Amino acid sequence: MSFVKLSASALAIAAVSATAAAARDNVQVAGSSTVLPYASIVAELFGENTDFPTPVVESGGSSAGLKRFCEGVGENTIDVANASRAIREKEIKACAENGVTDIMEVRIGYDGIVFASQQTGPAFNAFEPSDIFNALGAKVLKDGEVVDNPYNTWAEFNPDLPDVEIAGFIPGTKHGTREVFEEKVLLIGCEATGAMQAMIDGGMSEDDAEDACLAVRTDGKSVDIDGDYTETLARIDTNPNGIGVFGLAFYENNTDKLKVGTMSGVAPSTETISTGEYPVSRPLFFYVKKAHIGVIPGLKEYAQFFTADEIAGPSGPLANYGLVADPELAKTQEAINNEVTMGSGS
Amino acid sequence: MTDASMQSPETGRHAASLTATDARTIKRAKAEKRFRTYGIVAIATGLFFLVVLFASILSQGIPAFQRTVVSVDFTLTEQQREEAESTLFKTKAYSDLFIAALNKELTERGVEVDFDDAAIERLLGKVGGTIRTFYAENPDQLGQPIEFDLAASSRVDGYFKGRVSRDTLQDSRFLQLSDLDLVDALKEAGIIKQGFNWPFITGADSGVDNPGGAGIGASVVGSFFMMMVVLVLSLPIGVAASIYLEEFAPQNKFTDLIEVNISNLAAVPSIVFGILGLAVFIQFMHLPQSAPLVGGLVLTLMTLPTIIISTRASLKAVPPSIRDAALGVGASKMQAVFHHVLPLAAPGILTGTIIGLAQALGETAPLLLIGMVGFVARGYPDGFLAGFTEPNSAMPAQIYTWAARADVGFYEKAWGGIIILLMFLLTMNIIAIILRRRFERRW
Repeated sequence: MSFVKLSASALAIAAVSATAAAARDNVQVAGSSTVLPYASIVAELFGENTDFPTPVVESGGSSAGLKRFCEGVGENTIDVANASRAIREKEIKACAENGVTDIMEVRIGYDGIVFASQQTGPAFNAFEPSDIFNALGAKVLKDGEVVDNPYNTWAEFNPDLPDVEIAGFIPGTKHGTREVFEEKVLLIGCEATGAMQAMIDGGMSEDDAEDACLAVRTDGKSVDIDGDYTETLARIDTNPNGIGVFGLAFYENNTDKLKVGTMSGVAPSTETISTGEYPVSRPLFFYVKKAHIGVIPGLKEYAQFFTADEIAGPSGPLANYGLVADPELAKTQEAINNEVTMGSGS
Repeated sequence: MTDASMQSPETGRHAASLTATDARTIKRAKAEKRFRTYGIVAIATGLFFLVVLFASILSQGIPAFQRTVVSVDFTLTEQQREEAESTLFKTKAYSDLFIAALNKELTERGVEVDFDDAAIERLLGKVGGTIRTFYAENPDQLGQPIEFDLAASSRVDGYFKGRVSRDTLQDSRFLQLSDLDLVDALKEAGIIKQGFNWPFITGADSGVDNPGGAGIGASVVGSFFMMMVVLVLSLPIGVAASIYLEEFAPQNKFTDLIEVNISNLAAVPSIVFGILGLAVFIQFMHLPQSAPLVGGLVLTLMTLPTIIISTRASLKAVPPSIRDAALGVGASKMQAVFHHVLPLAAPGILTGTIIGLAQALGETAPLLLIGMVGFVARGYPDGFLAGFTEPNSAMPAQIYTWAARADVGFYEKAWGGIIILLMFLLTMNIIAIILRRRFERRW
């Protein structure tokens, strides 16, 4: 009866593999889809240039990555979480509850967030944060009153913008990019248009007003994109009036399809972002589980390699792809060498 | 009553003559004709979409099988190699040496276009890794001129394939308009040319800045190991379960419940099995992440119901007379099943298994949660057993990853990957058809 033999050998194989699997020899990374391109470049180079195996880098968003990072310590958990925002207090607490206490925070550089539309579409060349807020906010200020967003076209609140239907494609809430979009565009726009002040005058507490400012309209003119930038690009491709939120690197790779708008009069580029002139940028991080250093071969070396001047410096492959190099890279390198963890006073 | 059946020929429904068709028959004939037209329209629509699908897959995917290479003689000395190996970013050092050599060669040949190292770097893909691997494997080749075929950069590749044109190209750090003059000159000189993209068939995934180095080979191997696990586990378990249910199990409420649940299991969305796989195989059983073993186990769960249902159907299709005859000459029930019924049902079982496997081969969703979707570029496993546990991707997962990348070169690769995946699926389905045709018996 061959199937008895077959199943016996199957079990044997499974058993052997399970024991062989006891020691993981590659670094396991997950998290932000914004950091993923950089991490994949580094992972490939790390495999090519060292004797360690190529790390595995998964995507899924900053929050999802940090959640998996905080699941515990051990070989069946990930070693590194990529994030396009800093870890939150709540997440540090969740980590601690599961025994993940010593976390090293590594800042790899900065990323710009750009607003781009179809190359051949109407001229969206100049934005202010207030334009984006008026277009996409849930409640806006109109004629001195806070009302549910009544605008249908861009020209209704800013005659300089084209008279076309509003269609914004913004990152979904699981993306770290969303947080930056909210803080550096929506909130600033809310304050600039005076909507926030009007809300506070209307009896809201400051915190509530802030939350109300961050809410986006739900009538279909603002669309949350939970996938990657390629999905946003596909939506822009089919909608000439669509405005999408992209990372600078993604835009630079697709300049034949997209044209970018300036923000507060500054065009996004690695230069304007590193000087701080272009306002919408954010740092990118990865977090390392210190308990895994020395257990997972190559983990510390991966962090060192990632932040080396040759890699993350201004002339390295990451900058060439679109990362804005961190001027304080030397500090980061030193912190990794000394395995400085968060909260241990660095 | 009699009045009704004896209507006069002039007024009743039997009025028709044999030669002229009456209105009702014409109506029925028309209805039939209409129905046939609907059928033809339905089939034509289906065929139309199939043709559109295939045409778009082929037109977008075929370019992935072509690549643009920079083909040039290159000599590396022992000393240069040692210097390069002593740096941290070794592949960059190799790449710089190659660029310097190419620059020298072009100057000697007297290429009439202005160029510098930076321009050459923009033309080349990530070549350092290829050079370093070559010399690591063939140290005896040091000091001798070797002809290297190295991938050109994604945009130069696009220029050859018509993706990038002079009209739409905007100067960027990736490629400048003036570089295209150099490309044309090098094409003239036979240094840049197009060739079949073997690395695409044999290679592993590459970083997002290196579309020229990306290949699907490693993920084909990953899929192969997953399918091994699925086959080895789901075929015996599925067949044993269906033989027991069909031939031995008593008919009662309990077996009814099992039957209903097997059908239910077949309808469960595949992502659910992924969540189960994460919770049970990785978090509870501590099996490795991103491993084809876990992927295979998850897909086994998904394939089992398909195999059980098709096996039971083919067992049912064996006429009872076969069983009766075997039992009649004194065979035990088990002998009757294994000597007579099972061999006759085998073609149907195999067909069901292959179709189940083909379905599992194209599945991405459950793999998302067990770490097989993402950047998994470990390359080929070190050995047969390692193939089950070393991190690897699978074909559909690799295609999904490529489709999400910024560089258009990867988008093309995704379509190329679809062609390869479809070829595997077609092969499996053809094998299933051949098995059925060849071994199926009719009574």
